[in-house]
Amino acid sequence: MNPDSVAAILLWIVVPYMVLAVFVLGHVWRFRTDRFGWTTRSSQIYESRLLAIGSPMFHFGIIGIFVGHVVGLGIPKSWTTAIGISDHVYHLMAVTIGLAAAVACVGGLLILLYRRRTNARVFGATTGGDKLMYLLLSLTILFGVLATLVHSTIGHYDYREGVSIWFRNFWTLRPSTELMAAAPIFFQLHILSALALFAAWPFTRLVHVFAAPVGYLTRPYIVYRSKDPRREAERRGWEKVKF
Amino acid sequence: MRVMAQMSMVMNLDKCIGCHTCSVTCKQAWTNRSGTEYIWFNNVETRPGQGYPRGYEDQSTWKGGWELGRNGRLKLKAGGRLTKLMQLFSNPRLPGIEDYYEPWTYEYDQLLSAPAQQQNIPTAPPKSLITGERVQIQWSGNWDDDLGGTYQHKDKDPMLKGIEDKVQFEFDQTFMFYLPRICEHCLNPTCVASCPSGAIYKREEDGIVLVDQDGCRGWRMCITGCPYKKIYFNHRTGKAEKCTFCYPRIEQGEPTVCAETCVGRLRYIGLVLYDADRVTEAASTTDEQDLYAAQRDIILDPHDPEVIAGARAAGIPHDWIRAAQKSPTYRLIKDYEVALPLHPEYRTMPMVWYIPPLSPVVDVVRDTGYDAEDAENLFAAIDALRIPIEYLANLFTAGNVPAVERVLYRMAAMRSYMRDVNLGGEPREGIAHAVGMDGESMEEMYRLLAIAKYEDRYVIPVGHHESAHDLESTGTDCPLNAPGGPGMSMAPPEESMGMAGPGYGTSRRATDPPSGVTVNLLNWDGRGRPSGMFPAPQPGGA
Repeated sequence: MNPDSVAAILLWIVVPYMVLAVFVLGHVWRFRTDRFGWTTRSSQIYESRLLAIGSPMFHFGIIGIFVGHVVGLGIPKSWTTAIGISDHVYHLMAVTIGLAAAVACVGGLLILLYRRRTNARVFGATTGGDKLMYLLLSLTILFGVLATLVHSTIGHYDYREGVSIWFRNFWTLRPSTELMAAAPIFFQLHILSALALFAAWPFTRLVHVFAAPVGYLTRPYIVYRSKDPRREAERRGWEKVKF
Repeated sequence: MRVMAQMSMVMNLDKCIGCHTCSVTCKQAWTNRSGTEYIWFNNVETRPGQGYPRGYEDQSTWKGGWELGRNGRLKLKAGGRLTKLMQLFSNPRLPGIEDYYEPWTYEYDQLLSAPAQQQNIPTAPPKSLITGERVQIQWSGNWDDDLGGTYQHKDKDPMLKGIEDKVQFEFDQTFMFYLPRICEHCLNPTCVASCPSGAIYKREEDGIVLVDQDGCRGWRMCITGCPYKKIYFNHRTGKAEKCTFCYPRIEQGEPTVCAETCVGRLRYIGLVLYDADRVTEAASTTDEQDLYAAQRDIILDPHDPEVIAGARAAGIPHDWIRAAQKSPTYRLIKDYEVALPLHPEYRTMPMVWYIPPLSPVVDVVRDTGYDAEDAENLFAAIDALRIPIEYLANLFTAGNVPAVERVLYRMAAMRSYMRDVNLGGEPREGIAHAVGMDGESMEEMYRLLAIAKYEDRYVIPVGHHESAHDLESTGTDCPLNAPGGPGMSMAPPEESMGMAGPGYGTSRRATDPPSGVTVNLLNWDGRGRPSGMFPAPQPGGA
């Protein structure tokens, strides 16, 4: 891909910033207009046995992968070298920890997908937004695994010299297309599918990520609230029973 | 001493005929939406029986309520804060829909659309309301009503543990009663303590426990936490819902729907004042069997000048103190000591109390040909009927048999004493004295239990006047002014009155911008400037 082409500028500069705007403003909009819809929409009441295996596997796996991305994308190579971690050691750590997290995440996701498709109750409660979310999430994870396997483990692409720098430049508002245009195909696809996922994020159930109840650790057990003056009475998401 | 007011209910089980009117009217009022088909804020169980959801009282399975730690302090039975956060992704103690029942409807259309010449009689087969597929109905909310199937399932009633061999020969003939259940609106609620989002709260003014529907994130820990399984999961909205004690009615001074429509008029609603500083201490009582007494003791005497001063200091309005003084629930719990809490051993300090049924005992005496109105006969029968009394003790006093006996003695004594009065005979003070009462209080108790009128059974002060205007549910404002009112959208009026759902009226935060300042870009047609986006220009301004 020619780094100066319109396509490259669109894909690696324009679209990412648009997605960022949609992601941030989308969450603000959702929080202001649809706090009622801000939920995990758990389906555990329908089916518990598979969920008990798949859901913790997936969630802990994806949290591990998130932390791995923060380290891999956020910390420049020069920093880790400076504290005496050689390339080889870093790579070994990244592959072993990353592999464990990926196995948990992919395994969990497969169990959850199987559960969602085969259990009639769970499938019946699946919305169009859920299906879109599952598609984008699965694609992103699939391309991420392929990129790591094909290009970083078997091949010799060092993402810390490529994609990571593009990523940091994106956040420091010095966007460039060269590094991404030169990146291997699965890295490109991984990032494009992730961008699509982030754009859809605020409008799907994924908003529950930003409901992580960390405040629970510090608040008192029993909550009291007073009847405050509250005015508005906008329409809610109730619907009538369909007979 | 920190005085707080609590809305409480007492149910007189002797009068319950198990007609389920309370359940049905409650359902019509609160849970006739999709996602809430299986949700019964009020349900009526036949005891002995499994209850709803099946076997909910077996806390070795469900881990509801509190327990005492080794250091003597209260802790959540299902695990503390860190455990809960680690279990967010899959709650190991969550009842599945099969523990309730799969809600269904019938394909009524088949009855109408069947061709006229069809050979077979058309039927309306049952269809699942979750999957839409045809289902075999196997269980429901009151499947074991009137001991239906109880022989098969008797071992599944956790309260029969230890006495089941003795019971099976007699209980189906002599011993059965109905237990209507709503949320207990506990003083020490585990659902509130279990909620990671802090969305469930106890109202400071009247102690009603509500779920903030906008704050709930569907983590499901409250369902495990509540030992009475009175928090339900709306499987369409992904939010927890629970009995609201009909707070919009209570704020208007009206009783709950279940109480209002109760055919047997067995429910009493009133305020009690309690000492909030002593709740944890009382709930931490070492011996389970002392919990009933501890719970009764933290309820304060509303006639005590010190309590009145404390209530005033806590900002409880004068008319609320007056209501607490006239409260029928206070009299039944504290003066006559005939109302007992359901499962005090869960240590949640439940505030829906029950007068245990004497009628099974009376029936036994009558069936044996003896005089069932005679105090001596009834006392003897209470002593002799060990198994039913033990069962009642398992339900209401954590197994403290003398405490239940005391209540039944009083009920029996009242029955005998009042017979003499009604037959024009000389009332026998001795009967009253035998149970630690006097004739006057006996007659007062009789009046409250037998002939109390509407205004005696429900002593409910309205939401306090000075703040009432601010409560959207009280409707003292012109409904036209509310967003969503007529002329502002097509919302039906009951929704603009703030009665659209549980927790609705109290779900807004005070920090929300007042009406008129919000901008709704969803309704913006893209032409011109959306109304309310900028403040109105000030005349003469810069």
